[in-house]
Amino acid sequence: MEGTGQGMKLRARGQVSVKRRMKKSKLFFSFIGFFVSFGFLFPYIAMFLIALKPKSDISDMPPTYLPKTWVWANFINVFHELPFAMYLRNTVIISLSTMVLGLLVSVPAGYYLARNNFRGRSAFMLIVLVTQMFAPTTLLIGIYREMTKLHLLNSYLGLILINTAFNLAFSIWILSSFFKSIPLEIEEAAAIDGCSRWQTFRKISLPLALPGIVTTSIFIFIAAWNEYVVAYTLAQSPTVQPFSVGLALLTGYYEIQWNYLFAGSLIAIIPVIILFSSIQKYLVSGLTAGSVK
Amino acid sequence: MGIQRQSKKSSLDALPWIGGSLLLIFAFVFWPTIEMFTLSFRKIDMTGQIKGWYGFENYRSLFDNSDISGTLTRTAIWLLVVVFATIVISLPLAQLMNMKIIGLKVLRFSVIVPWAASLVITTTSWKWILDAFHGLANLILQDLHIIKEPIDMLADPKSAFTWLLIVGVFVSLPFTSFVLLAGLQSIPSEILEAAKVDGADAWKGYWTIIFPLLRPSFLVAAVINSVYVFNSFPVIWVLTQGGPGYETDTTTTFAYKIAFRDQDIGQASSLAVGNFLVIFIFIMFFLKLSKWKELDRE
Repeated sequence: MEGTGQGMKLRARGQVSVKRRMKKSKLFFSFIGFFVSFGFLFPYIAMFLIALKPKSDISDMPPTYLPKTWVWANFINVFHELPFAMYLRNTVIISLSTMVLGLLVSVPAGYYLARNNFRGRSAFMLIVLVTQMFAPTTLLIGIYREMTKLHLLNSYLGLILINTAFNLAFSIWILSSFFKSIPLEIEEAAAIDGCSRWQTFRKISLPLALPGIVTTSIFIFIAAWNEYVVAYTLAQSPTVQPFSVGLALLTGYYEIQWNYLFAGSLIAIIPVIILFSSIQKYLVSGLTAGSVK
Repeated sequence: MGIQRQSKKSSLDALPWIGGSLLLIFAFVFWPTIEMFTLSFRKIDMTGQIKGWYGFENYRSLFDNSDISGTLTRTAIWLLVVVFATIVISLPLAQLMNMKIIGLKVLRFSVIVPWAASLVITTTSWKWILDAFHGLANLILQDLHIIKEPIDMLADPKSAFTWLLIVGVFVSLPFTSFVLLAGLQSIPSEILEAAKVDGADAWKGYWTIIFPLLRPSFLVAAVINSVYVFNSFPVIWVLTQGGPGYETDTTTTFAYKIAFRDQDIGQASSLAVGNFLVIFIFIMFFLKLSKWKELDRE
């Protein structure tokens, strides 16, 4: 605003050069970003290229980078060549049941925690938080002995119960923060209109917390979908094994059919990756119990 | 907030709402924990039958195990190297994900992929990449004339362990970098602007203004990631099964082998109790960091 034409011109020139420099650095960092993206996708791209190779290419020495012919049918053939349909069925049963059971117990807990103060509240929260840190890996021997006693080895139910228990922390935390974000006044108005506590919860709060419930469902579903250690230990029979266990066991064979193995793997991970990236926003806060938002 | 407005309810009033979660936690987290502690003081035969109390004999036999000292050292290296390298790489990565660059969505999506995908499958892909005969790594190294003959990178304990560390970092990066990204995004834009000075001062501005504000995110990421890394079973199991022999085991896979291969439940439980205590220490750290009681009141 100083007025002299000289000053204005100088400032304009300065801005142009700053802009140009910013453009340059933006391009530079975009370039780096591209390489970093490639780095993270690298093992999956590699899998994809193998999945498309014909059976005859797999034992080639030395191997080739790209398939000689692109056999898209491998994504269907995997269902005949490996017991993949069974693994997938088992995984779906375990993950869906874990999700339903997880919601059944964590929705009421999350709601009550968000709305009420009660004796033992801190203790309950501490217990839930601690559960999150103790992965079943540490407790595997205890879990195995317990499941033997309960006759739940080689059963869906055993895996479902363990998966549910160890995912409660994330669910309760996320749900309670969603319920907390619903204005109390809405619930109070419903109460004045004669709704019981249960009716208010069911008709008012539950629908309003739907995004939180969806987020939680996806999280539990994926955690159970990817679970390995417990299933590997408890499910020795292929009829209950999820894909994580079944496919990994196939790599123990002398002649590994990498193409089918990876075609199956990709079918198993792609839908989950898309679901997972849809709840990205809530992951950090849920997994750090809100200590990073 | 609502909590203060209402009077404190009795535990009995809460029970129908939180009872289900409590039941599951007691039955499937606490019971196995107690079972494990008890087993570590029991004499157990190969078939898993309990033959009475055993005092600290299981712990003694664990210390007499010729592979335990190597395993402990490796576990410490595994934990320190993976957690530290992850943090060091995650900071620039989080910065990059916080820039307005072209392809930002692709970048964020790509970084999430190893987090979302089954660890077993990600590691299986690495196992193929490192395969002596059909793997990509050997192919590339040969084409670049770095090596002449294909080498089995997972057969030699040293190179196998190095690869475990690399894959361990690879799968840890997403969580840590997203925690740091969340930390960066919570810094008010005025402060970011203030730190954005031209030239040599930009570095100084970053380390004196931005970095200290990221400290809480760093600590939380490091502690939680330590628990993940310490517990990490699939990466090691899929790549080497702790082998050759016990040369790439950490205490986690070692406990598994003692329990389910050597069928020595007593000794394995005593090691598992040790693992439990390590995690317990991390939890104490986390509770201190997160100030969980105050967070809840917000």
